[in-house]
Parts: sequence; structure tokens; C-alpha cells
Amino acid sequence: MRKTGTADRKKKKWDGIRIRLWIFGGLALLLVLAAFFAEAICPYDPYAQDLSMALRAPDMLHPFGTDRFGRDMLSRVIAGARTSIFSALALVAVITVTGTVLGVICGYFGGLADAVMMRISDICLAFPGLVAAMGIAAVLGGGIQNAVIALAVVSWPKYARLARSQTLAVREEPYVAAARLAGSGPGQIIIRHILPNIAGNILVTAMLDVGTMMMEIAALSFLGLGAQTPTAEWGSMMSDGRSMLQTYPWVVLTPGLAIFVSVAVFNLLGDTLRDYLDPRRLHKRNEM
Amino acid sequence: MGKYIVKRLLWLIPILLGITFLSFAVIHLAGGDAAQQMAENSGIALSQEALEAQREALGLDRPFLVQYLDWLGGFLTGDLGTSYVSGQDVFSTFVSKLPATLLLAVTSVALTVVISVPLGILAAVRQNRFADYLIRMVSFVGNSLPNFFVALVLMYLFAIRFQVFPVISAGTGWKSLALPALTLAIAMSAKYLRQIRAAVLEELGKDYVTGARARGIPFSVTLWKSVLRCCLSTILTLLSLSIGNLLGGTAIVESIFMWDGVGKMAVDAINMRDYPVIQAYVVWMAVIYVAVNLITDISYRLWDPRIRLGGDAR
Repeated sequence: MRKTGTADRKKKKWDGIRIRLWIFGGLALLLVLAAFFAEAICPYDPYAQDLSMALRAPDMLHPFGTDRFGRDMLSRVIAGARTSIFSALALVAVITVTGTVLGVICGYFGGLADAVMMRISDICLAFPGLVAAMGIAAVLGGGIQNAVIALAVVSWPKYARLARSQTLAVREEPYVAAARLAGSGPGQIIIRHILPNIAGNILVTAMLDVGTMMMEIAALSFLGLGAQTPTAEWGSMMSDGRSMLQTYPWVVLTPGLAIFVSVAVFNLLGDTLRDYLDPRRLHKRNEM
Repeated sequence: MGKYIVKRLLWLIPILLGITFLSFAVIHLAGGDAAQQMAENSGIALSQEALEAQREALGLDRPFLVQYLDWLGGFLTGDLGTSYVSGQDVFSTFVSKLPATLLLAVTSVALTVVISVPLGILAAVRQNRFADYLIRMVSFVGNSLPNFFVALVLMYLFAIRFQVFPVISAGTGWKSLALPALTLAIAMSAKYLRQIRAAVLEELGKDYVTGARARGIPFSVTLWKSVLRCCLSTILTLLSLSIGNLLGGTAIVESIFMWDGVGKMAVDAINMRDYPVIQAYVVWMAVIYVAVNLITDISYRLWDPRIRLGGDAR
């Protein structure tokens, strides 16, 4: 009796995580789709100015109000989703792939290249991330691509280190030795045996980073180092409306809420994915 | 232990060389031409010959490595050149603005500890009860808010709606300090709460806690005397790691609240393309970050008997 009870409970908890994964995965997908089809969803042209409609409080016509050029805030927030979400996803994809490739190669082959690469990453990690990104973005000049490049330069070492340490651990596993004895070359071992085994951890780190990167891109844009006006981007929209906070708060608050909601959705997805892929999950759940 | 400290201090040399080299190289390669920048900023149209002469005077015609070593020498002796915009000495401007940033940073770290340590412990002790859920939810929300948004919301609520604090910092009084420090503390506490909760939970799951309970030692004694002491090194390490984010955060918060520190100075310099100031800021922030990490590493090793008495095991 008791045994089946435990099994049932295990199964139910497991389903709970799966349900959460589907919900948050769906919400994240919805955000990405909204970003992709931004132009079709926008009720108004996000760049069309109409000074007679400037700075109108939220109402039925303009649910998020209008900015100082009479542009519809809802449309601009939706158009900003494309800039903000896609640049964050692109950034995370770039640093994950670059970092993982470098880390796995360094971890697997070791030697001089490994030593040099790790010293370079040590030095990159010695800079406080956002400070270094500010410096690089300042040198490159404004523009969302440059903000993404700046953040990529300061963020890849984290992935290189993670992939390297995971590779070092997996490399010693018997199945890798077996594959080597069976005549597999390094390329085959890395692709068939090492990458699939370290992918989970890297995926979780990457998912949890999407939200962080979204905030950092917005922060750079807020400082004038990312998206330039008139491009609709949440950080620069907030910076733009800063001086109007007192009288027209919606100009600042609506893009802010958009950042919050998207970061929250991606963080929830990341958290859930981590729980889902946690090998100790069942064990832990029972303890609670 | 002594060996460990010496090793860490020696390791500082390549790190500092790397930091200075990268900071110099990035600005040098892309930041362009000081002579031209100065001419542009002063609004004087210089002839090509005059520009060349200016370059020669500034030593910009020399090989890259020579210029780096020259700049490094200046960095070590506190000479980082003059600002393109104000014409003032960069290093002395930086030094004069640094205390304000340090005051902001230290206050926000203190606030973070005051907020997150008790709440993190409470969440761990009341795991899966109402207080835990509430604290976790608040920390989740805090984690998903960019600090410039928090800054603007706090400004809206406390400076504009209720007018408790000034919108723009006037001097360094506590009233001006409150909102910027709180902004930084909210972002850090949110992250920190989770980590403290996890650290305390892990410690509470250990056998000695059960053992102490079996021997009839009150839970509060175990918690305060044993569990927290064991968590402290984790807490310290995490705190020192978050200093990096804090230093980046001060730039944003300072420029929002017009707090006159090095962060605001850097943001202004970026907008004016004042490269010597940006360079000084980046390189000094990295040095401060490295120093803080080193000091925490060494201090918790000195403090933690498991490491202190265990020799150089780690």
C-alpha cells in the first residue's frame, strides 16, 4: 500500500513540473511569436507621429497612452518586443555556442590552447560585466548590434568555463573510454558523447540568462549605448520618457512593465527547466 | 595560509597587466585619435600639419606597445591624462568622485545584508510555508526588474507622489542617498535572498543538525551558533561576486538620481566621447572589483577554521 502511495506522489509532482514547463514554455513562445509578428499585431504604426495626439493618458483608443510625439505606446511596446527579445535571444545564442565550442575543445584537448584560453577568460571575468560592456559599447558607438557585441564580449567566458569543467568531468567517464577503444575520433566523441551529456546544464544556464541579458541590453539602451532613437526599444523608450515621469508616467511605466513581464516569463521558464532537468529532482521532492 | 596569500598576490600581476592592456587596447584601437578628438571638442579647425604636430606632441605616432607601456607607467603613478572635455586631470577627478560612489556602494551592500539575511533565514526555516512563498515571490519579482526601472518607480513614488526624498541628489546627505541605495539594494537582495535560503537549507539538511536536535539542543541555538556560522563563508563569497553587478549598477543609478560619483562621470563621458575618462573608469572599476574579490577570499579563509587549520587544502 505504502509503496504505491509514494509512487503516486512521485508521479504527481513530476507532472506538476511538466505542466509548469508547458505553461511557461508556451508563454515564452507567445512572446517570441508576438515579437516576430509585431508589425501585424500593432494597432497603429509605432513610428507614425501625430502631435495633436501627444501625451494622451491611457484610454480606449490608446490603452497605453501616447508619447510626446503622439505615437501609440502600445504599438511601440509591441514593436520594442522585437528589438528587445530578439536581440537578447541572439546574444544568448551567440555566447552559448561560442563559449560551449571553445570550452569543450579546451576541456577535451587541454594543453597550451586550453591554458591560454583560460587565462584570457580569467582576465575577461576580472572586469565587472556591465562596466566593461559600457566601455566597449562606448568605443563601438551606439546601436543595438554594438550593445549585443559588447555584452557578448564580456559574457562568453562564463559558458566557456562551464562547458570546460563539464567536459573535464565527462571525459573521464567509462563510456568515453569505450568509444575511444571502439575507434571513435575526437570529433565523434565530442559530438556523440560529450555534447549530449553537458547540453542540459548549458541549456539551463542559457535559459536563465535570457532574462538577465534582456535587462542588460535595456540598461545599455537606457544609457544611450544601445538602440538609438527612433527605434522602438524598451530601455531607450524609458530613457526617452524619463523627464516626463512626473506628469506622464505611462510613457515610462508601460515599457518598464513590458521588460518585467518578459524577463519574468523567461526566468520562470529557466527555473522550471532547471527543476525539470535536475537529476536529484525526485529525491529532493520527497524530502520536502 | 601565508603561501596562499602570496600566491594570490602574485596572480594579481598578470591579471592587472591583462586588465590594463585590454582597457588600453580597446580604447586605443577603436577610440581613435586623441589629437582629432581634442581639436573637435575645442571647436578649432586644425590643418593636417597641425594635427600631425599635435599627434607627435602627444606621442601618438609611436608604436602601440610603447604607447601602452607609457600609459601603464602613467596609470601606476596616478597620471591618466586629461579629459578631452573639461581639460582637467582625469585621475584627480576620478579620485574626487570615488568616495561618493563608495558611500553609495557600501550603503547598498549594508542595506542588502540587513534585508536579505534575516529574510533568507526566515524563508529557509519556514520552508514551504506562507512566509517562504511570500519571500520567494518577492525575490522573484525583484529579480525580474531592471534596476533603472526600480529607480524610476521609487522616484515616482517617494520623490514625486509622496515627496519624502529629493528627486535629484543634493550633496551626499542621507536623504539623497536613500533612494539610490535602496534601488541597488532591492536588486541585490532579490538575488541574494534565494542564495541565502538555499545555503541555509543545505546546512539544515546536514546530519549534525539532526544530531543536535536528538541531543535536545534547542533549534534556535543550533541555528544561530552552528548553521549560520557555516553559511557565512558562502554568504561572503556570493556578496563579493555581486560587487561586479553593483559597480555596473551604480553607473545607471547614479545617472538617474544625479548622484555625483564616478558612475555618473562615466556615463557623461560616454555621451561626450571623452575616452581618457571612460578608460580610467573601466580600468579602475576592474581593479576595485579584483581587489574586493581578493580581500573577501583571503578574509574568509582566515576566518573559517576549516580552511585556516586545514592548511592550503583548497
